[in-house]
Amino acid sequence: MAKSHQGNRKSNGKWKLALAWLAVWIPLAWGVVETLKKAMALFGSA
Amino acid sequence: MAGFLGREQIIARPGFNRWLIPPCALATHLCIGQAYALSVFNLPLTRQLGVSRPIAGDWRLTQLGWIFTLAIVFLGVSAAVFGKWAQSEGPRKSGVVAAVCWGLGFLVGALGIHLHQLWLVYLGYGVFGGFGLGLGYITPVSTLIAWFPDRRGMSTGMAIMGFGGGALIASPLSDFLMRHFASATSTGVAQTWVVLGFVYLAFMLGGAFGYRVPAPGWKPEGWVPPREDAHALVTRHNVTPADAIRTPQFWLLWLVLCFNVTAGIGVLGQASAMIQEVFKGRINASAAAGFVGLLSLFNMAGRFLWASLSDKIGRKATYMCFFALGTALYALVPLTGRSGSVALFAACFCLIISMYGGGFATIPAYLADVFGTKYVSAVHGRLLTAWSAAGVFGPVLVNYIRQFQIDHGIPKSEAYNVTMYVMAGLLVIGFFANLAVKPVADRYHEHSDPIGARGASGDRRVMA
Repeated sequence: MAKSHQGNRKSNGKWKLALAWLAVWIPLAWGVVETLKKAMALFGSA
Repeated sequence: MAGFLGREQIIARPGFNRWLIPPCALATHLCIGQAYALSVFNLPLTRQLGVSRPIAGDWRLTQLGWIFTLAIVFLGVSAAVFGKWAQSEGPRKSGVVAAVCWGLGFLVGALGIHLHQLWLVYLGYGVFGGFGLGLGYITPVSTLIAWFPDRRGMSTGMAIMGFGGGALIASPLSDFLMRHFASATSTGVAQTWVVLGFVYLAFMLGGAFGYRVPAPGWKPEGWVPPREDAHALVTRHNVTPADAIRTPQFWLLWLVLCFNVTAGIGVLGQASAMIQEVFKGRINASAAAGFVGLLSLFNMAGRFLWASLSDKIGRKATYMCFFALGTALYALVPLTGRSGSVALFAACFCLIISMYGGGFATIPAYLADVFGTKYVSAVHGRLLTAWSAAGVFGPVLVNYIRQFQIDHGIPKSEAYNVTMYVMAGLLVIGFFANLAVKPVADRYHEHSDPIGARGASGDRRVMA
């Protein structure tokens, strides 16, 4: 029982970690993609 | 409530995963990094009354420029004045205060825009927002250094990378929101600021409540603190903020940060105009905006990469790279302009701006090495006045030299050459300032509390 409780805590921890990183990386990745799209204009004229 | 926010309440339980802390720090910095994208509101704010075009009584760009200047000045002031408080109260309380200040700044600013009262915008974004910026900037630093004593540069670099990345999010998000709210009678800026205020408040509060500090004496599994020798810059002692500013090392590092930032910030503000004037007829406004975007990406990436590299090669060597390579690149820029190579010109500036970002991101770890980890947020806060000084000095330098050149008959395409050589000169001074940084003299050390005896968390209960 104690072992399974510990297992649950570990798997909760992994989900928490994944969610925390996704919460910051999703908006950041969107910003990077939008900026890269803008930067394409420079490559086009260069 | 105050107890709930206090440092004692957020001491991590055994087994806490330290990798949960960087996303919290990023949440804070991604929000306050919006400051770099403030210029997207400039033109719409100049036609608040006329909506489709400026009319009599509308704000001028010169008046609007003060919003950003005020915010940067109050960033420096709040970081310097409240750095010690932020460190002693812990990251949750200072993170919550930063979130409230930053969110409130937008809401008060939105009211000012709605009522067309510029003083309210200054008070909101400039003063409240500036306080939020300063507090938010320093909040995660000591916590990250405490959790990652083995990777100080990487951890603080990751957070400060968020400050660079914040603009990448804020710029398209603001564009989207302004388009959504724009109507025949409104530019949509006030509504956009209301939405941003609440979004940033929620996101920053989420980060603030996620912070934990390590228990006293905690260290990463298997990590052995480096042995201190008399010549190494990495100390295991601590220097109080009051003593730190009495050391020559503090002022040398102040110069290091100030010149590194001056060189970068002047160029960042002028990047769009500069590339269009140097390559007249080949680069239009849209391509220039692409160039600015590219610089923002390198500004962000440089923060993480250079700061991480500093864990391997040392902070002093990293800054040596910034100054030596930066000097060479600035000296090379006029040649790339004359050669007509846009790619080479852009590549030089991308590298320069990556080092500008790297300078910001590496300085907290440099301070922790030289002055110890116990008061690093407070010392960092005081050092950030160098940023405020550079924020005023850099753009003024670039603008005046350019204007002086044009007034003396130099073609616009070559008007930036002297500026580049001046920037290279500033970096040479920075090189020697960095070279002169030596370990802090023993008399400045706080002898009663060596770091090894207490752990790196700065826990007040243990300090007492």
